[in-house]
Amino acid sequence: MNDKKIKNVFIEGAISSEFIGRSIAKHQTKTSIGAHNIFLGQVRADEVDEKTIYAIEYTAYKDMANAKFHDIREATFKKFDLTCMHIYHSLGTVKVGEICLFVFVSSPRRKQVFKALEYVVEEIKAKVPVYGKEIFEDASHQWKVNS
Amino acid sequence: MNLNIKYFGLLTEVTLCSEETVPFSKATVSELLDLLFEKHPDLKNKDFQVALNNEIVSKDTLITANELALLPPFSGG
Repeated sequence: MNDKKIKNVFIEGAISSEFIGRSIAKHQTKTSIGAHNIFLGQVRADEVDEKTIYAIEYTAYKDMANAKFHDIREATFKKFDLTCMHIYHSLGTVKVGEICLFVFVSSPRRKQVFKALEYVVEEIKAKVPVYGKEIFEDASHQWKVNS
Repeated sequence: MNLNIKYFGLLTEVTLCSEETVPFSKATVSELLDLLFEKHPDLKNKDFQVALNNEIVSKDTLITANELALLPPFSGG
Protein backbone atom coordinates (compact mmCIF):
# COMPACT_ATOMS: atom_id res chain seq x y z
CA MET A 1 0.00 0.00 0.00
CA ASN A 2 1.37 3.44 -0.79
CA ASP A 3 0.30 6.88 0.34
CA LYS A 4 -1.86 7.78 -2.68
CA LYS A 5 -5.43 8.46 -1.63
CA ILE A 6 -7.88 5.59 -2.13
CA LYS A 7 -10.69 6.73 -4.42
CA ASN A 8 -14.33 5.73 -4.26
CA VAL A 9 -15.05 3.71 -7.39
CA PHE A 10 -18.76 3.18 -6.70
CA ILE A 11 -21.67 4.97 -8.32
CA GLU A 12 -25.25 4.53 -7.12
CA GLY A 13 -27.31 2.92 -9.89
CA ALA A 14 -26.48 2.63 -13.59
CA ILE A 15 -23.57 4.47 -15.22
CA SER A 16 -25.14 6.83 -17.77
CA SER A 17 -23.91 7.40 -21.30
CA GLU A 18 -23.74 11.13 -20.43
CA PHE A 19 -21.30 10.34 -17.60
CA ILE A 20 -19.19 8.22 -19.96
CA GLY A 21 -19.31 10.94 -22.65
CA ARG A 22 -18.22 13.63 -20.18
CA SER A 23 -15.41 11.40 -19.00
CA ILE A 24 -14.11 11.06 -22.58
CA ALA A 25 -14.44 14.81 -23.20
CA LYS A 26 -12.33 15.61 -20.11
CA HIS A 27 -9.35 13.97 -21.83
CA GLN A 28 -9.22 16.42 -24.72
CA THR A 29 -6.80 18.57 -22.73
CA LYS A 30 -4.42 15.63 -22.15
CA THR A 31 -2.70 15.89 -25.50
CA SER A 32 0.06 13.34 -24.89
CA ILE A 33 -2.64 10.64 -25.20
CA GLY A 34 -2.86 8.88 -28.55
CA ALA A 35 -5.13 5.96 -27.66
CA HIS A 36 -8.07 5.31 -25.34
CA ASN A 37 -9.67 1.96 -24.66
CA ILE A 38 -12.99 1.53 -22.87
CA PHE A 39 -14.76 -1.46 -21.37
CA LEU A 40 -18.46 -1.20 -20.59
CA GLY A 41 -20.11 -3.99 -18.65
CA GLN A 42 -23.81 -4.20 -19.48
CA VAL A 43 -26.49 -6.12 -17.56
CA ARG A 44 -27.61 -9.04 -19.72
CA ALA A 45 -31.17 -10.40 -19.84
CA ASP A 46 -30.17 -14.03 -19.20
CA GLU A 47 -32.89 -16.65 -19.23
CA VAL A 48 -32.87 -19.26 -16.44
CA ASP A 49 -35.60 -21.92 -16.23
CA GLU A 50 -37.87 -19.85 -18.49
CA LYS A 51 -37.49 -16.76 -16.32
CA THR A 52 -35.70 -13.66 -17.58
CA ILE A 53 -33.39 -11.44 -15.58
CA TYR A 54 -34.74 -7.93 -15.22
CA ALA A 55 -32.02 -6.23 -13.16
CA ILE A 56 -28.96 -6.83 -11.00
CA GLU A 57 -28.75 -5.43 -7.49
CA TYR A 58 -25.09 -4.83 -6.60
CA THR A 59 -23.64 -4.80 -3.11
CA ALA A 60 -20.01 -4.72 -2.04
CA TYR A 61 -17.66 -4.88 0.90
CA LYS A 62 -16.95 -1.26 0.10
CA ASP A 63 -13.76 -0.62 2.11
CA MET A 64 -12.04 -3.73 0.87
CA ALA A 65 -13.36 -3.25 -2.67
CA ASN A 66 -12.02 0.31 -2.90
CA ALA A 67 -8.68 -0.88 -1.50
CA LYS A 68 -8.56 -3.65 -4.11
CA PHE A 69 -9.48 -1.26 -6.93
CA HIS A 70 -6.61 0.92 -5.71
CA ASP A 71 -4.17 -2.01 -5.73
CA ILE A 72 -5.30 -2.97 -9.25
CA ARG A 73 -4.73 0.62 -10.44
CA GLU A 74 -1.24 0.69 -8.96
CA ALA A 75 -0.32 -2.70 -10.44
CA THR A 76 -1.67 -1.70 -13.86
CA PHE A 77 0.33 1.55 -13.93
CA LYS A 78 3.46 -0.45 -13.08
CA LYS A 79 2.80 -3.05 -15.77
CA PHE A 80 1.77 -0.80 -18.67
CA ASP A 81 2.72 2.62 -20.01
CA LEU A 82 -0.54 4.43 -19.26
CA THR A 83 -1.27 8.14 -19.04
CA CYS A 84 -4.41 7.65 -16.98
CA MET A 85 -7.03 5.17 -15.89
CA HIS A 86 -10.56 5.40 -14.50
CA ILE A 87 -12.74 2.69 -13.00
CA TYR A 88 -16.41 3.03 -12.00
CA HIS A 89 -18.68 0.26 -10.73
CA SER A 90 -22.37 0.46 -9.91
CA LEU A 91 -23.98 -0.27 -6.56
CA GLY A 92 -27.71 -0.80 -6.11
CA THR A 93 -30.09 -1.63 -8.94
CA VAL A 94 -28.99 -1.69 -12.59
CA LYS A 95 -31.60 -2.80 -15.13
CA VAL A 96 -30.90 -4.97 -18.18
CA GLY A 97 -29.31 -2.97 -20.97
CA GLU A 98 -27.78 -0.49 -18.53
CA ILE A 99 -24.07 -0.12 -17.77
CA CYS A 100 -22.69 -1.42 -14.44
CA LEU A 101 -18.91 -1.25 -15.03
CA PHE A 102 -16.89 1.42 -16.82
CA VAL A 103 -13.13 1.01 -17.24
CA PHE A 104 -11.21 3.64 -19.18
CA VAL A 105 -7.47 3.45 -19.94
CA SER A 106 -5.40 5.94 -21.94
CA SER A 107 -1.86 5.87 -23.26
CA PRO A 108 0.33 7.58 -25.85
CA ARG A 109 0.12 4.39 -27.97
CA ARG A 110 -2.57 1.81 -28.79
CA LYS A 111 -0.82 -1.50 -27.99
CA GLN A 112 -0.59 -0.67 -24.28
CA VAL A 113 -4.29 0.11 -23.90
CA PHE A 114 -5.46 -3.13 -25.52
CA LYS A 115 -3.45 -5.22 -23.05
CA ALA A 116 -4.04 -2.99 -20.04
CA LEU A 117 -7.82 -2.97 -20.39
CA GLU A 118 -8.15 -6.74 -20.42
CA TYR A 119 -5.81 -7.00 -17.43
CA VAL A 120 -7.83 -4.48 -15.39
CA VAL A 121 -11.21 -6.08 -16.13
CA GLU A 122 -9.99 -9.61 -15.32
CA GLU A 123 -8.37 -8.39 -12.09
CA ILE A 124 -11.62 -6.69 -11.05
CA LYS A 125 -13.62 -9.87 -11.63
CA ALA A 126 -11.12 -11.96 -9.66
CA LYS A 127 -10.17 -9.74 -6.73
CA VAL A 128 -12.88 -7.24 -5.85
CA PRO A 129 -15.61 -8.20 -3.34
CA VAL A 130 -18.68 -7.10 -5.29
CA TYR A 131 -21.88 -9.16 -5.42
CA GLY A 132 -24.67 -9.21 -7.97
CA LYS A 133 -28.14 -10.37 -7.04
CA GLU A 134 -29.95 -11.19 -10.29
CA ILE A 135 -33.60 -10.19 -10.08
CA PHE A 136 -36.11 -11.91 -12.35
CA GLU A 137 -39.25 -10.35 -13.79
CA ASP A 138 -41.38 -12.22 -11.23
CA ALA A 139 -39.27 -10.66 -8.39
CA SER A 140 -37.55 -13.95 -7.49
CA HIS A 141 -33.76 -13.89 -7.53
CA GLN A 142 -30.50 -15.81 -7.76
CA TRP A 143 -26.91 -14.81 -6.92
CA LYS A 144 -24.73 -14.00 -9.91
CA VAL A 145 -21.75 -16.28 -10.54
CA ASN A 146 -18.88 -14.98 -12.66
CA SER A 147 -17.79 -17.33 -15.41
CA MET B 1 -13.55 -8.09 23.08
CA ASN B 2 -16.34 -7.81 20.55
CA LEU B 3 -15.84 -8.84 16.97
CA ASN B 4 -17.97 -7.43 14.17
CA ILE B 5 -18.74 -10.03 11.48
CA LYS B 6 -19.90 -8.95 8.04
CA TYR B 7 -21.71 -11.26 5.62
CA PHE B 8 -22.13 -10.72 1.89
CA GLY B 9 -24.10 -12.03 -1.07
CA LEU B 10 -25.72 -15.41 -0.65
CA LEU B 11 -24.40 -15.70 2.93
CA THR B 12 -26.78 -12.97 4.12
CA GLU B 13 -29.64 -15.34 3.32
CA VAL B 14 -28.09 -18.04 5.48
CA THR B 15 -27.38 -15.83 8.49
CA LEU B 16 -30.44 -13.58 7.89
CA CYS B 17 -28.29 -10.54 8.60
CA SER B 18 -25.54 -8.56 6.91
CA GLU B 19 -23.56 -8.10 10.10
CA GLU B 20 -23.51 -9.12 13.72
CA THR B 21 -21.32 -8.74 16.79
CA VAL B 22 -20.01 -11.73 18.67
CA PRO B 23 -18.16 -11.68 22.00
CA PHE B 24 -14.74 -13.04 21.25
CA SER B 25 -11.35 -13.57 22.82
CA LYS B 26 -8.06 -14.02 21.02
CA ALA B 27 -8.27 -16.91 18.57
CA THR B 28 -7.78 -18.03 15.00
CA VAL B 29 -10.14 -17.71 12.05
CA SER B 30 -10.96 -21.40 12.18
CA GLU B 31 -11.87 -21.19 15.88
CA LEU B 32 -14.18 -18.29 15.12
CA LEU B 33 -15.74 -20.22 12.23
CA ASP B 34 -16.58 -23.09 14.61
CA LEU B 35 -18.49 -20.60 16.71
CA LEU B 36 -20.30 -19.19 13.66
CA PHE B 37 -21.15 -22.68 12.37
CA GLU B 38 -22.83 -23.42 15.69
CA LYS B 39 -24.88 -20.28 15.31
CA HIS B 40 -25.61 -20.72 11.58
CA PRO B 41 -25.24 -24.45 10.72
CA ASP B 42 -25.98 -23.90 7.01
CA LEU B 43 -22.85 -21.73 6.66
CA LYS B 44 -20.81 -24.94 6.75
CA ASN B 45 -21.96 -25.95 3.27
CA LYS B 46 -21.23 -22.60 1.67
CA ASP B 47 -18.21 -21.56 -0.32
CA PHE B 48 -16.54 -18.45 1.14
CA GLN B 49 -13.23 -16.83 2.04
CA VAL B 50 -12.43 -14.77 5.12
CA ALA B 51 -11.09 -11.22 4.98
CA LEU B 52 -9.28 -9.36 7.75
CA ASN B 53 -8.05 -5.77 7.27
CA ASN B 54 -9.15 -5.85 3.61
CA GLU B 55 -7.11 -8.95 2.78
CA ILE B 56 -8.10 -12.59 2.29
CA VAL B 57 -6.55 -14.66 5.09
CA SER B 58 -6.06 -18.37 5.75
CA LYS B 59 -8.00 -20.30 8.40
CA ASP B 60 -5.03 -20.48 10.81
CA THR B 61 -4.61 -16.69 10.96
CA LEU B 62 -4.84 -15.15 14.41
CA ILE B 63 -7.62 -12.56 14.52
CA THR B 64 -6.22 -9.19 15.52
CA ALA B 65 -8.71 -6.80 13.93
CA ASN B 66 -12.17 -6.05 15.34
CA GLU B 67 -13.90 -6.62 12.01
CA LEU B 68 -13.95 -9.71 9.87
CA ALA B 69 -15.84 -10.47 6.66
CA LEU B 70 -17.12 -13.71 5.15
CA LEU B 71 -16.95 -13.38 1.37
CA PRO B 72 -18.59 -15.81 -1.07
CA PRO B 73 -17.17 -15.94 -4.63
CA PHE B 74 -17.09 -12.44 -6.15
CA SER B 75 -19.51 -11.51 -8.92
CA GLY B 76 -18.70 -7.94 -9.85
CA GLY B 77 -18.85 -6.45 -13.32
